[in-house]
Amino acid sequence: MGDLFVLAISCIFINNILLAQYLGNCPFLGTSKKMETAVGMGMAVIFVLVMAGSLTWIVNEYLLKALDVVYLQTVSFILVIASLVQFVEMFLKKSIPALYAGLGIFLPLITTNCAVMGVCLINIKEEYTFIEALVTSFAYAAGFALALILFAGIRERILLARVPKPLQDTSIGLITAGMIAMTFMSFKGMV
Amino acid sequence: MAQSIAKEFTKGLWAEIPPFRLVLGLCPTLAVTKSVENGIGMGIATTFVLVFSNLLISLLRNVIPSKVRIACFVVIIATFVTIVELLMQAYTYELFLKLGIFIPLIVVNCIVLGRAEAFAGKNTPILSVADGLGMGIGFTLALASLGTVREILGNGTLTIWGGTPIFEMGANFMPFKFMIEAPGAFIGLGLMLCMMNLIGKK
Repeated sequence: MGDLFVLAISCIFINNILLAQYLGNCPFLGTSKKMETAVGMGMAVIFVLVMAGSLTWIVNEYLLKALDVVYLQTVSFILVIASLVQFVEMFLKKSIPALYAGLGIFLPLITTNCAVMGVCLINIKEEYTFIEALVTSFAYAAGFALALILFAGIRERILLARVPKPLQDTSIGLITAGMIAMTFMSFKGMV
Repeated sequence: MAQSIAKEFTKGLWAEIPPFRLVLGLCPTLAVTKSVENGIGMGIATTFVLVFSNLLISLLRNVIPSKVRIACFVVIIATFVTIVELLMQAYTYELFLKLGIFIPLIVVNCIVLGRAEAFAGKNTPILSVADGLGMGIGFTLALASLGTVREILGNGTLTIWGGTPIFEMGANFMPFKFMIEAPGAFIGLGLMLCMMNLIGKK
């Protein structure tokens, strides 16, 4: 139990998916201009990543390894993620319209979010057990949401500041992200 | 004809160079540019996937039903990524280990899917190959330049294909270690974007 807790903490803070592993940066810059969209995207990623992480683990263990076709990993994982996203979208639309209204537009974007695919691949590469894979998937997604929401908060403030012209928009966004990454580096000695 | 091929090819090199002008494909840009060598390797792998997926998608553009086109594109791209992965594992094993999970992640690189959707799905095979090649070379140049800056400042050297460094800072140079860590990647790319904006402004 203690091990799992340490694993979760290290995934959220020390190996933060956005700021230390460089995954999922396109939605990080794309959806962080407003707090609401950042929260929506963060929640959608947590939702999908936990499911994708466990599903791809099962596919890898009981289908690819059993049939000895591990070289199909990339193709099968992207198909699992794409169909999962599609399925989740249809399910939410039908049965939980309120949640769909909140997450709806972010769901299709998640297919090309490399954080989802990246975490699935990390789980396999590190040879985690099913429970560990479940915990890391959740923790990485939570780390993603945390960094995204923090960043959106700062970016809303930057809108009010007078930024020099060539630095505007993405450029200042990246530099800000670099500074947040620096603060996250100081978590390194924690575990 | 020759003119339009040249136009599609050169737009990827400056006017629409990814990831500076088209802010897509940031993850590999930030992650693998700790050194020039990794940057160039990643750029070439992406170029290969871009050219061949563009070619196949544009050949099949009248066959693929538009409702399921994204799924078809993704499968085609994933196939070429698998080919690259196996080729790199066979011939450039060291680079394969260094790039790690970022090779399979070319599948979700927005540049590749973006070009498939915006260009190859609507244009002839020859133009699509020119577009893919231009974008790929532009991406390689961008990765190489960011890699050069980060490696020189962060490590004090410049090394291509193993062996001895082709350039070294003097003995008194203290490397900025943070340039090869995550914050350096973000700040380096941010400053390069700023420079591109300064040069590009008319």
